[in-house]
Amino acid sequence: MDLNTIWFLLVGVLLIGYAILDGFDLGVGVLHLFSSGEDRRRVNINAIGPVWDGNEVWLLTGGGALFAAFPVVYATVFSAFYLALMLLLFALILRAVSFEFRGKIESAAWKSACDWAFGIGSLLPAILFGVAFGNILRGIPIDGTGAFTGSFLGLLNPYSITVGVLTLVLFIMHGAIFMTMKTIGEHRAWILKWVIPSWIAFVALYLLATLATFFEAGFLFQDILKNPLFWVLILLLFGSVLYIPVAIKGEKFFRAFAASSLLIASVVGLAAVSLFPRLAPSSIDLAYSLTIYNACSTPGTLGAMLIIALIGMPLVIGYTIFIYGVFRGKVELSKESY
Amino acid sequence: MDPVILSRAQFAITVGFHFIFPPITIGLAWLLVIVEALGWKRNDQAFVRIGKFFSRILALTFAVGVATGVVMEFQFGTNWAEYSKFVGDIFGAPLAAEGVFAFFLESTFLGLYLFGRNRVSKGVHWFSALMVAVGSTISAFWILVASSWMQTPAGFRIQGGRAELTDFWAAVFNPSTLPRFFHTVDAALIAGAFVMAGVSAYLVLRNKEAEIAKRAMNLALAFGLIVSLLEVFPFGHIHGRQVAVTQPEKFAALQGLYTTQKGAPLVFFAYPTLPPPQLHAPVEIPGLLSWLAFGDLTAPVKGINEFPQDEIPPLWPTFVSYHNMVLLGIYFIAIMLYGFVQLRRNKLWESRRLLKMFVWSMPLPLIACQLGWITTEVGRQPWIVYHIMKTSDAISKTVGAGEILFSVILFSVIYLLLGSLYVYLFILEMKHGPGPAFDTAISHETKEVLS
Repeated sequence: MDLNTIWFLLVGVLLIGYAILDGFDLGVGVLHLFSSGEDRRRVNINAIGPVWDGNEVWLLTGGGALFAAFPVVYATVFSAFYLALMLLLFALILRAVSFEFRGKIESAAWKSACDWAFGIGSLLPAILFGVAFGNILRGIPIDGTGAFTGSFLGLLNPYSITVGVLTLVLFIMHGAIFMTMKTIGEHRAWILKWVIPSWIAFVALYLLATLATFFEAGFLFQDILKNPLFWVLILLLFGSVLYIPVAIKGEKFFRAFAASSLLIASVVGLAAVSLFPRLAPSSIDLAYSLTIYNACSTPGTLGAMLIIALIGMPLVIGYTIFIYGVFRGKVELSKESY
Repeated sequence: MDPVILSRAQFAITVGFHFIFPPITIGLAWLLVIVEALGWKRNDQAFVRIGKFFSRILALTFAVGVATGVVMEFQFGTNWAEYSKFVGDIFGAPLAAEGVFAFFLESTFLGLYLFGRNRVSKGVHWFSALMVAVGSTISAFWILVASSWMQTPAGFRIQGGRAELTDFWAAVFNPSTLPRFFHTVDAALIAGAFVMAGVSAYLVLRNKEAEIAKRAMNLALAFGLIVSLLEVFPFGHIHGRQVAVTQPEKFAALQGLYTTQKGAPLVFFAYPTLPPPQLHAPVEIPGLLSWLAFGDLTAPVKGINEFPQDEIPPLWPTFVSYHNMVLLGIYFIAIMLYGFVQLRRNKLWESRRLLKMFVWSMPLPLIACQLGWITTEVGRQPWIVYHIMKTSDAISKTVGAGEILFSVILFSVIYLLLGSLYVYLFILEMKHGPGPAFDTAISHETKEVLS
């Protein structure tokens, strides 16, 4: 395996890590819009309070890794998605400060404003990530010089919006399953009502999106059946998606969460396998696509970065697991909570 | 409107606003490492409460820092695509390293530090404070590596229309990395000391938990005096000498040296005008600049006239921001020293005027940070990478002026709102004070509602 492929994998792992970890934060944020009562709202916020910040770092590091390993993709795609990314940043800023600011002022109107900020700040990213991903999958207009020739409105096509809604329902399901581990009693009963409907919506939309992909981006299916990794991921996808309702019914909430995480990993993994070795297919001519070979950094940089990743990431995973262990179990509200 | 100017405005607004918060975070985090250690090792309840109190201010500051920092990771790609393509082989690595080594560490352990006080042992809890401080300092290191490489690029060659990394360590430890790192991190420690001193002074003035506040003040003064002294000598001095050697036109611009001179004077005060560049009513010491820069009273120092006119930085903002930064640096030493002396003479607590000065001095280190940052970034112009790439060649070609204008307005509005809220909530926390000595972990009502 060459360094370019390793970095394709590593960027993929970072994005999967982000989707799994911040995915439930975003899902909880969307559910927050529908939660009533101060205690439930505080439970939502405190369920993700100690960990959301570390979760968001997966996105930052993913962005940094993309910049370091595939700078041409980073530069071309990020400037192409300019307005969409500005909206995303706006939403992430809203979300980040909404928790911290919410409990500081004793006023119902203020808390309500922060609740909206938290909800919208989670809803927008959940959709925008999907829309961006959908556009990458179907290809963006990149010309022979590697320049983007599209527009913001061109990004809002039916296919990408479908992927956006798909991401939204996936994160809602994931967030709801996460909350089943954090709540008890009536609150959990309320949360549980969200799991199966969002699961059904996910399955339906995933089938629809896969079908649409045949027509929108048939090149993604080229030779894919010969790829053993594809079959492994398909098995994981089917296994995890079918296991979720079983685990929920048996009240095995941690297992349901593990399955939901695995599902996200296999969904992103399948998309990555079908893209490989392209990172940003061109909708003008596939030959103009940005790939892991024509958009990459030098072997020297990729090698140095690999050493950084090999030293750093085991540490990160180690202490992240430790912290999740410390905060496992139900949310208990105290004076020092949000 | 010109997309170059708009993108520069956006970068200035977003970085400038972001850069208000990390200095407080880094400074307060290190102070909290000391505070929590005293609370833990000596089992001193006063310091436990100081720790709890200031960790709330840390949390508030950190949240805004994180929220506004995310923008930075994206902005090179969105607004500076040509730059990102040109330097990606070198510039992306420190950003990724910052994520791997710093962001994860500080964010993950901040959660433990803020929420884990009763969940882990005191030792582990102290360790989490230490990791927040270490993480935020490592973060400063890597982002300053990236920033320094733009000032004094090293360890690369130009090939195939881009800069390619040839020597990782030479790029990381380029000539300005360490001088800039020590100078900037020490500035952050000053910012933290002034926040702790200012908030404590406020509590003493209001006679609110004054006994606790006085202990925090003791610590902040001792700490603040040391770091304020270190900032000028050796860190400021080393950084200045480095600039004199590596970027002579920037050095000339910030010192106001418009013609090459032997025995160049150090200008303390002057009013610069253009054109032609000249200083009015200068207060200066002849030869001192030559001595400070090169250790020789008669050494020649290059003036602005030696350089091509289209390759010099804007003179007025560099001179003015640099000199005001230095002025503030001297003020920090003066007030910290005076406060410390008054404390030793047992006169500090009666001197309400001095305590009030500490309260109002809280924002000054942040202003000094902004001025220093303006000096260094404007002083590098017209280059984005010194002598390698011009700023005007670095923007995203495919992003229109209208789109940038939209985001400039978007960020200006949010940041204005965020900034006002931050100040308001900061004052609210300060007025609230450390709170009562004992508080129950879980209130009775919430327990019932939850079950």
